Amino acid sequence: MTVRKNQASLTAAEKRAFVDAVLELKRTGRYDAFVTTHNGFIMSDTDNGDRVGHRSPSFLPWHRRFLIQFEQALQEIDPAVALPYWDWTVDRTVASSLWAPDFLGGTGRARDGQVAEGPFAVSGGRWPVTVTVDGRGFLRRALGSGVPQLPTRSEVDSVLAMPTYDTAPWNSASDGFRNHLEGWRGANLHNRVHVWVGGQMATGASPNDPVFWMHHAFIDRLWAQWQARHPRSTYLPTARTRNVVGLDDVMRPWNDVTPADMLDHTRYYTYDTMA
Amino acid sequence: MPQLTRRHALGAAAATALTGLALGGLAQTAGATSDLGATGHEHPDGHAGHGGPQPFSETFQGRRIEGAPSHGDAHHGGYAVRIDGEELHVMRNADSTWVSVINHYETFTTPRAVARAAVIELQGARLVPLA
Repeated sequence: MTVRKNQASLTAAEKRAFVDAVLELKRTGRYDAFVTTHNGFIMSDTDNGDRVGHRSPSFLPWHRRFLIQFEQALQEIDPAVALPYWDWTVDRTVASSLWAPDFLGGTGRARDGQVAEGPFAVSGGRWPVTVTVDGRGFLRRALGSGVPQLPTRSEVDSVLAMPTYDTAPWNSASDGFRNHLEGWRGANLHNRVHVWVGGQMATGASPNDPVFWMHHAFIDRLWAQWQARHPRSTYLPTARTRNVVGLDDVMRPWNDVTPADMLDHTRYYTYDTMA
Repeated sequence: MPQLTRRHALGAAAATALTGLALGGLAQTAGATSDLGATGHEHPDGHAGHGGPQPFSETFQGRRIEGAPSHGDAHHGGYAVRIDGEELHVMRNADSTWVSVINHYETFTTPRAVARAAVIELQGARLVPLA
């Protein structure tokens, strides 16, 4: 069974295995297909039109399915690998071991934002950035530049306390847990972390940065924590709703999975701790 | 050299723009210019419920940025933005703020602000349309 661990608790060998599997996925071209898929949904999900991956109730089950697919691709390379999660309420500075050269490498250099050390530095020859809107073929970051502070634990707790999963109009204007977690309203959790990292993470092609998966694994864990705190709350809308994925509607691009299928993550993986 | 942050750079840009407009007698408020939203004060565009924002065309940090209503494609919020002639994918949010594919997780009050943020983020790089 896959156990997703806090990235801060990984051993050196676990970090190496994760990085090696990601690099191998990149080499074969499969990695970039994930970037392309994500950017396609980012550009087509609109508040007043069809919306699946973002700014809609299915933001959470869509990314859960997306991460499972990515994790399974990693496990075809190394069955021992699981997605780590990044608890940015705790590991909230550039000094975190997450950004060390033996893991993701640090922030970008001042001149051009280029990440110049670690396994994903372009100079290592193993991390060409090809799915991009601006032709710059290297990983970029500007940690803490676009916004100075990552969300705090108390901000997270205030969002986890919201009992209603989502509300009409089911988009970036909605009240409720999903939109506050996604960050279009209120304290701004998920969106703010993308901005804090900067570089490709702030763009539609954000999975170009491997931290994308760890950020979303933590968002996914927050969804599971919310479910545990609100056992009588459920995914909404449960009924067919125009432009929106209801509980029992299939989600693009897979077309064989519904939000209902994604509610119980323990069918696919568990977390090292849920507390 | 310390890295110039996007907010600082845009704050400076907004301040410059406000100065320019003040010369023309149009500036009304010159409040919190360190926020990107301040660029919304320079021109009565981007407000909800009053139709789409007005066209713009200017040189910002050496790049030509342009915006205009685009009736053919409501998907983009009915508005098209270009940087040096290449289209920047932009989207209007339900609250009438804007994002672009370059700054997708941060909202801006006007298409001009989203274009300026993209110019800063691009650091001179050319926009390449995604296939």
